[in-house]
Amino acid sequence: MSSNRTINPSSLSLSDLPWQINWDKDRCTLCGQCTAVCPMQAIELAVFRKRNIATSMDLKPVGNINPSERPLSAFETWYGIRQKKTVEEKCIGCAMCSMVCPNDAIKPVPNQGIDRYRFHVNQHGEPRTRGGRRNTTDSLLDRIKFIRISMLTDPALDAGRHEFELRTLLGRILPPKENMLRLRNNGWIPPVREIYPLIIGGMSFGALSPTMWEGLQMGVAYLNEELNMPVRISTGEGGCPPRLLRSRFLKYVILQIASGYFGWDEIIHAIPHMKEDPCAIEIKYGQGAKPGDGGLLMWHKVNKLIAAIRGVPQGVSLPSPPTHQTQYSIEESVAKMIMSMSMAWGFRVPVYPKISASSTSLAVLNNLTRNDYASAIAIDGEDGGTGAAYTVSMDHMGHPIASCIRDNYLNLVAIGKQNEIPIFAGGGIGKNGNIAANAAALIMLGASGVQIGKYVMQAAAGCIGTEKDRCNVCNLGICPKGITSQDPRLYRRLDTEDVAQRIVDLFVSFDIELKKIIAPLGRSTSLPIGMSDALGIDDYQVAQRLNIKYVV
Amino acid sequence: MCRLFALTSKDPVSPMEAIKALDVMKEGHDGSGVGLLLRDLGGPFEEMKDAPILSGIFSEEGIRKLDLFMMDQGFMTKYKMSIKVPKQTLEGTPKRGLYLLRAYEYPDSWNVDTLDEKELATRLMMTRLKIREMGEEKKDMIVFSFWPDTIMLKELGDPMQIARHLGLDRKDLKARTIMAQGRQNTNYAINLYACHPFFIKGYSTMTNGENTAFIPIRDFLSSRDFPGYMGYQSDSEVFAHILHYTMSGLDLGLDAYKHVITPLQDRDIENHPDATFLKHLKKSCRQLIIDGPNCVIGTLPDNTLFMAQDRKKLRPGVVGGRPGMFAFSSEVCGLDAVIPDRDKSKDIQPMHLDTAIVGPDRQEVKICRQTEPLTLPL
Repeated sequence: MSSNRTINPSSLSLSDLPWQINWDKDRCTLCGQCTAVCPMQAIELAVFRKRNIATSMDLKPVGNINPSERPLSAFETWYGIRQKKTVEEKCIGCAMCSMVCPNDAIKPVPNQGIDRYRFHVNQHGEPRTRGGRRNTTDSLLDRIKFIRISMLTDPALDAGRHEFELRTLLGRILPPKENMLRLRNNGWIPPVREIYPLIIGGMSFGALSPTMWEGLQMGVAYLNEELNMPVRISTGEGGCPPRLLRSRFLKYVILQIASGYFGWDEIIHAIPHMKEDPCAIEIKYGQGAKPGDGGLLMWHKVNKLIAAIRGVPQGVSLPSPPTHQTQYSIEESVAKMIMSMSMAWGFRVPVYPKISASSTSLAVLNNLTRNDYASAIAIDGEDGGTGAAYTVSMDHMGHPIASCIRDNYLNLVAIGKQNEIPIFAGGGIGKNGNIAANAAALIMLGASGVQIGKYVMQAAAGCIGTEKDRCNVCNLGICPKGITSQDPRLYRRLDTEDVAQRIVDLFVSFDIELKKIIAPLGRSTSLPIGMSDALGIDDYQVAQRLNIKYVV
Repeated sequence: MCRLFALTSKDPVSPMEAIKALDVMKEGHDGSGVGLLLRDLGGPFEEMKDAPILSGIFSEEGIRKLDLFMMDQGFMTKYKMSIKVPKQTLEGTPKRGLYLLRAYEYPDSWNVDTLDEKELATRLMMTRLKIREMGEEKKDMIVFSFWPDTIMLKELGDPMQIARHLGLDRKDLKARTIMAQGRQNTNYAINLYACHPFFIKGYSTMTNGENTAFIPIRDFLSSRDFPGYMGYQSDSEVFAHILHYTMSGLDLGLDAYKHVITPLQDRDIENHPDATFLKHLKKSCRQLIIDGPNCVIGTLPDNTLFMAQDRKKLRPGVVGGRPGMFAFSSEVCGLDAVIPDRDKSKDIQPMHLDTAIVGPDRQEVKICRQTEPLTLPL
């Protein structure tokens, strides 16, 4: 742009952008792979021109210069990579260009200052939406230490050789006396599943690509059938492929229903053909990443296959309402919904709600304690991920998971129902890579198990998103790794077998790490749910709030 | 680590027998405290089997408060055994007021003859808790038990020195069932209420080893809406309460106790004749699973004595004796000191699935394995 042209308010320079492309002319072979792979088309082949002045080295007076030795002004032209500067085509830092470059000639670098792009992202009055995460590396869970180490008064256990029972229960567990009574009288005893405490949380078919979804299912099936690890996976709100509904693998699946009811026509019709009951039904009322907001699958991703499974037209955005349409009061609607779902499977399948962490979570829990058919509660904290949400929701709405889980657990303890309604925690577990430590901390604060999503995408599929606002375009269907895209050209980059293999790696290594945490605490025969005396943190206020030890 | 010794004999014996056993096992405890439970008493208490006996330590002020309270409730002192303490105190043992062992007549208003047994037990427990509560503020009343045919004594210091100091070798202090623990103070502040054995409504246990699952178990018991599940100055108190909860709360037999604290693993449950019952018990009592390492010795209201090990079987424990007299000991040397003339080849070291039981007839040691069928009230 020339300096004498009008400058548009949203005209951006390279230094205004959140990511800047660092391109090395000397290394580049102009193969074009980076421009081809860039999901944002943020870089293009460009022509550069440079003026070179050639002067003579002779020190002759000006009048004596031979005309052929006069200083020359010469123009050199070369081809190279240029970064675009429009709001729509800004670099997202995904670094796919670096990944494909044969000569390591290109890489995005984060803006060291504050980008000005953020003030112009709302073109046409549309605020920024994105997929991904909250984009902050802060993690209270990472700061919790396990301080009660068994040593001489009671021996620590050998994590590698001791026998461990690291399973948890999903389902309404009756109080012991009531359970014995119903057993004696052949009364109805609510279904309870014994499962692995690390659950793959709800990521829908649609939000995820077919290869990603299939890889996850294959990995879960392998863990169950070959390694005897009862790992469960939630479908998210997007239905379930008909073949899976009619297969024996359905028992490893938690079917999720949410306010859009997407895919439930297919599921209900498949019930008579099901060989196995699903593990459980999860009724999603809220999501930690965008509490109070419904699910969203943007039109880019609603192709023929997704439309068929969800029972909707192709190419339209699918926003789920923020609340279930039938919901007037928690007492009425939640109870009815739980009852309807229980009834659909003959009261053989646990049904539980998933809510976003909130200062109102306790009210939901208290309501569930009075509902004999409520099997559990899943609570998703502010650090949870999402396939698509408004940035304002992700960054500013929500409640941290640790204190919410603690409050809910201690509330159950106060009324003596801590073993009856299992609490599952989600949101930010392993956000900085410390998955086993984060999970163990939440379990000792009172969770019966944890749900993970983003960690699965990062570890099992190579999602390149980080907590530094890198990539975050899951909502647009242009995922450069093919994890959240419905474009065959992109999702073919992801091999299902490889995903399955990485899922197995993830769970096996998690299992070893979890044992490495609980064995030194002297625990092995039951999951240390609520073992808060093992926890400490170097912040007095936090220690007081969570009712754990303050250690410095 | 603590050391445990329990004795069951058809003839009353002196508690010094058990103290003697603790003394020979001295290498295994640090002499930081001793606890004694005497049941099925001999001597003068033999004649008043039904009268509740209050055991505790009281200051002069405490005694005055106690007398006022008990009179107010309608209890009349029936018999008291005075323990005369020498003026010179023992090093490491605080100066105390009075070690009280006092049998009472029930209040007339209770109409004991027609009173339901459970109601009577509850009233006795509530009376004990009230006295304990009254003594909390000024620490002038410490009460260990208030139950018929039962005496408890607890003190800080070396067991043998304390026994001599208190003159426990007296002729009128004898019992047929004795539990004794030589204590090692571990993580929790020394407090007399933290000394084993623990007692609730005729059920009593003492334990060797730390309880790594203490907090979830404590939280579960405290929230059962049962006033007796309190205290927890020691992480081992929960074993007595779980025993009471299993047998009195859930109406299960002693053979179910081990299934509550250390349930079988799933593959073993599948092969068990009572698989369905055990699966439900394991799930609904999940918060009561102990993770050890613990050796638990306990007595039931009918004076049955038992020993159970945790799943890992990381603590020592041996049972031996002869018909008429059996002892449960942390170590064989303790057993040798008290019953040297037994057939040692018949000594039993209960393993991770076993509960060793000597019934009130004191004729044999029964081993109840967890893989065997249960006696269920179904």
